[in-house]
Amino acid sequence: MLPVGITHYLVVGALLLVLGVFGIFLNRKNVIIMLMSIELILLAANINLVAFSALLHDLVGQVFVMFTLTVAAAEAAIGLAIVVIYFRNRGSVQVEDVNLMKG
Amino acid sequence: MIAALVFYLFAAVLLFSAAMVVSARNPVHSVLFLILAFFNAAGLFLLAGAEFLAMILVIVYVGAVAVLFLFVVMMLDINFTELRSGFQRYLPVGLTIGVVLLAELATVLGGWKIAPEASTLRFAPTAADLHNTAQLGNLIYTHYIFLFETASLVLLVAMIGAIVLTLRDRQGSRRQDIRVQTARSVRETLELVDVPAGVGVAKIGIRRPLVQEPVLAAPAHDHGHAHHGEH
Repeated sequence: MLPVGITHYLVVGALLLVLGVFGIFLNRKNVIIMLMSIELILLAANINLVAFSALLHDLVGQVFVMFTLTVAAAEAAIGLAIVVIYFRNRGSVQVEDVNLMKG
Repeated sequence: MIAALVFYLFAAVLLFSAAMVVSARNPVHSVLFLILAFFNAAGLFLLAGAEFLAMILVIVYVGAVAVLFLFVVMMLDINFTELRSGFQRYLPVGLTIGVVLLAELATVLGGWKIAPEASTLRFAPTAADLHNTAQLGNLIYTHYIFLFETASLVLLVAMIGAIVLTLRDRQGSRRQDIRVQTARSVRETLELVDVPAGVGVAKIGIRRPLVQEPVLAAPAHDHGHAHHGEH
């Protein structure tokens, strides 16, 4: 079912996850790109799930990917709403400025 | 052979665009590269036989999530050059953590193997005579119906949450108030006045409106925090 070995899919997923984590650390000031990096990490997880689902001929992995997509979409919507109201209040999206609740 | 070549093409473009997402100077370019990454991931899903998920990825992610990102990036008036200033400072720690994570994942990739009894533990083996979408439908509307409904509940909560978070009442905006409109009576609206012939309107004092319209208050500036970009 897979055109190439499962390891190729896993390597792609691992590199995508590392790129997402790298992006979170690299763009410490821009919340929007951090959210995009989280999307990349979830995409890496989905690639792994689909690859194993195809390898083992088991559909449950693909069902799980559907629910992951749902949660990722909800997370993006809520995260962007928080970014919008934060920008409305503070005039920036810098993560380092988020210290209102520090006391 | 061709499928393998297509796989490498999709994977290479996916990884390149993912790298561009995290390192592009302009966030709009980041969003566009994110869309490219989702398209190529959909290609990888197609190659693995998950046709329905590939289409869902294109429709949901490219059609909804990426456009949402694009709206937010373009709607907020962000000083992007200032946001880039810490780039060099965070590069070493990001690279360190990335390399450590990659090394760990490489160790995992080098040492795993599938348990021999794995194929006996399958919950929903794929059938050869049904296509992918039909099989997924058979599964999520029977065994996974409660999870499916929970997912819809998650989406509902996300929708209500996003609306509640971003909804605001503007000070000074004139909104239709149906309760006040329907509660009006004729007495407070209409007044019949006998006007003698030859007398000016100003003289008998029926020039309306008597009460001056209240001057619209200027939009409120501050409720404790400095509102920005509201005017």
